[in-house]
Amino acid sequence: MRPPKSERLLNLVILLLVARNYTTKEQIRALMEPYRVSTDEAFDRMFERDKDDLRALGIPLETGFVDKFFEDEQGYRIKRDAFELPSIDFTAEEVAVLGLAARVWRHAGLAAATSDALVKLKAAGLSFDREQLDQVQPTLAAEEPSFEAMWQATVHRTPVRFDYRRAGQREASTRHLEPWGVVTAQGRWYVAGLDTDRGEPRMFRLSRIVSEVTSTGNPGSFTVPEGTDLRALSQTLTPLQPDRTAVVLARAGAANGLRGRAEVLATDVTGPDGSGSWDRLEVPYGSGSDFTGELLGYADAVIVESPPELRASVRDRLAGLLAGAVR
Amino acid sequence: MSGGARGQVSRLLALVPYLQSRTDVSLAQVAADFGVRPEQIVQDLKVLWMCGLPGLTPDKMIEVDFEAIEDDPEGVVHIENAEFLARPVRLGSSEASALIVALRALSEGSPESTQEVIDRCLVKLEEAAATGTAMPRVEVHLPRSGTGERHAAVLQGAIANNQQVRLDYYVPTRDETTQRVVDPLELMTSDGHDYLDAWCHLAQGRRLFRLDRMYAVEVVDAPRHEHSLSPRDLSAGLFEPGPDDAVAVLHLERHARWVADYYPVDAVEELGDGRIAVTLRAGDPRWLVRLAMRLAPAVTLVEPPELRDEVTRTALAALDLYGRAAANP
Repeated sequence: MRPPKSERLLNLVILLLVARNYTTKEQIRALMEPYRVSTDEAFDRMFERDKDDLRALGIPLETGFVDKFFEDEQGYRIKRDAFELPSIDFTAEEVAVLGLAARVWRHAGLAAATSDALVKLKAAGLSFDREQLDQVQPTLAAEEPSFEAMWQATVHRTPVRFDYRRAGQREASTRHLEPWGVVTAQGRWYVAGLDTDRGEPRMFRLSRIVSEVTSTGNPGSFTVPEGTDLRALSQTLTPLQPDRTAVVLARAGAANGLRGRAEVLATDVTGPDGSGSWDRLEVPYGSGSDFTGELLGYADAVIVESPPELRASVRDRLAGLLAGAVR
Repeated sequence: MSGGARGQVSRLLALVPYLQSRTDVSLAQVAADFGVRPEQIVQDLKVLWMCGLPGLTPDKMIEVDFEAIEDDPEGVVHIENAEFLARPVRLGSSEASALIVALRALSEGSPESTQEVIDRCLVKLEEAAATGTAMPRVEVHLPRSGTGERHAAVLQGAIANNQQVRLDYYVPTRDETTQRVVDPLELMTSDGHDYLDAWCHLAQGRRLFRLDRMYAVEVVDAPRHEHSLSPRDLSAGLFEPGPDDAVAVLHLERHARWVADYYPVDAVEELGDGRIAVTLRAGDPRWLVRLAMRLAPAVTLVEPPELRDEVTRTALAALDLYGRAAANP
C-alpha cells in the first residue's frame, strides 16, 4: 500500500527542520523512500507539489546554496526560529480574551482561520476553558459574496479586478484595485485601496461588487503606502463620537429621538413663539456628523440655542430649502 | 481546518507539540480541542506513527501508545520520541489577521480594563505571527455599543421560553416612543441591522422592529399568542412595496447621491452635473417629508405637489421660530 501523502509531507518537514545545512534535492530523495522508489519524472512532479503544499501550510521553506563559495548546488531548509511559534506568556486574562475572540466571527472561512490560530496556541500549551468574562460578545458577520476573496487579497497584498456597480447606476464597470485593507461600519464591509485606473485611493462597498474578485498579480506585489490611515479614510462611514454639546429647546413630548441621549436642563421654558411648553435640552453630538440634518428632521419642534454656528447652520439650510422651493 | 493531506499535516504539526505539553489528556479532550471527531485523531496518530527523523529506523520513529486509546475515548493519548517537534508552527498571516480583527471587534465597546488586556494580546500575537506578516489593515466600527446584543439575548430567551415581551420602541417617522407588547417570533439581520419579527398587540399585526430602536426590552410573564405565520423571507430586502405607498420624486445634488444607494428607489434619472432624480416610495408620507427636511437643501422634494407644499410649510414654520428669536433676543 502506498503511504499517505500526509506521512510523506510530515517526514519532509522533519527532515528539513533537523538538517543543519541546506539539503539538496538528491539528498532528500536518497533519504525518503516514497521519492526513492519513484521514477525521475514522477519524483520531480511529486517534489514540486510537496513544496507548494508546505508553503501553503505557512511553513517557511528556504532555498540556498549548500556551499557558499561554490554556488552550484541548490538546497532546501526550514529554519527553526522562522518555523516555531516563539514561547509567549499569556496571562489568564489574556487567554480568556483570546477565547472570546475565537467566537466573534460569523463567517465560515474567518471562523476557521481563528480556530486554526487557537489550535496552534493550544499546541503551545495554552488551555482555553469556557470561562465567561462579564462582557458583551460582539459578532462580525460578512454576508457579501466577495468578502473572503477580498479579505485574502488584502492579507496577501494581491492586486485584484472586479466589476462594480456604483450607486444609482445600472451598468457595472470593471475596476482594478490594490487592496490596502477592509473596513466594517454599520454592518457593511468596504475595501479601501489604490484604484490603479484612476491613480487615487478609493473605497468600495463589497455588496456592490457584482463579479468574482480576480487576482491580477502575485501576492506581495504592492506595498501599502507608509502612513495610510484607514481610520481617516473610513471616517465618513461611521457616526463620529460626540465631542461637543448643543443646547436646544424642544417642544414638550416631541423630539423623542434626541431625548434618548439628552439631558433635560429645564422644563416649562417660554419659547420664541411665546408658549411656555418647551423643554431645554443638552445634547451631545459629533462635530463631523450631520447633526444639523438630524435637527432639521424635527422641523419646528426644535430650536437651537447654542452653539451659534449650529444655530446658523440650521437657519441657513432652512433658508436654502425655501430658496430652492421658490426657484 | 482545511481537509485532505494539507489539513492533516497542519493538524499533526499542532498535535505533536500539543501532546508533548500535556501529560494526561484523553482522546475525547484532544478531539474537542482540535474540533474533530476522536476517530480522526486516531487516523492522525496512525500517520504520525510512520514518521520520524530521516532514515526512519525504529529508534528514530515517533512512538504512539495505541493500546491506551483502543476503543476508549477516555484513554490517555501518549507519544514519545518527538522532541524535535516541540513547538507549533507560527501563526500564518490569515490566521493572525482573523484573530487580530476579532480582538479589535472585542475591544470596541469593552471597558477600559479589558481594552488594556486586548492591547497586550495584540502585541504578543504580532510576535507569534510568521516573519513578514504585515498587521492587517482593518477598521472595525461596530454598529452599536452592545445594547443591540443585550436586547438580542433577552429576546432570544423570550422566544425560547415562549414569552411575550414589552418594548419601548422609537418610531422615527412619527418621532414617538411607544410602549407595546409583542409576541416575538424570530430575530433576523438584513443590510447591517438586526430586527425582531413579531406579532404586535398594539398594531394587531405582524411587524419588524429594529433592535437599535428599542429603548427597553422586558419579558412579560405570559405565553405568546398562537399565530400560524410562515417564516418571513428577507431575500428581496426588508421593504415590501404596498398599494397605499406614498411615492415621491426627489432631486439629489451630487453629494447626496448616496440616498439612491441607501434607500430602495424605484427609478433613477441623471439630471447632469452629477445631479439625479430618484423615485422613492414609503408607507408613510411623513417619512418622505422628514427625509427632505433632514437632507435639505441637497435634496429637493419635487413631486407630488401636496408633499412639496408640506415640506415648504414645515420649513417656513421652523424658520419662523428663528426669525422671531432674532427680532426678540
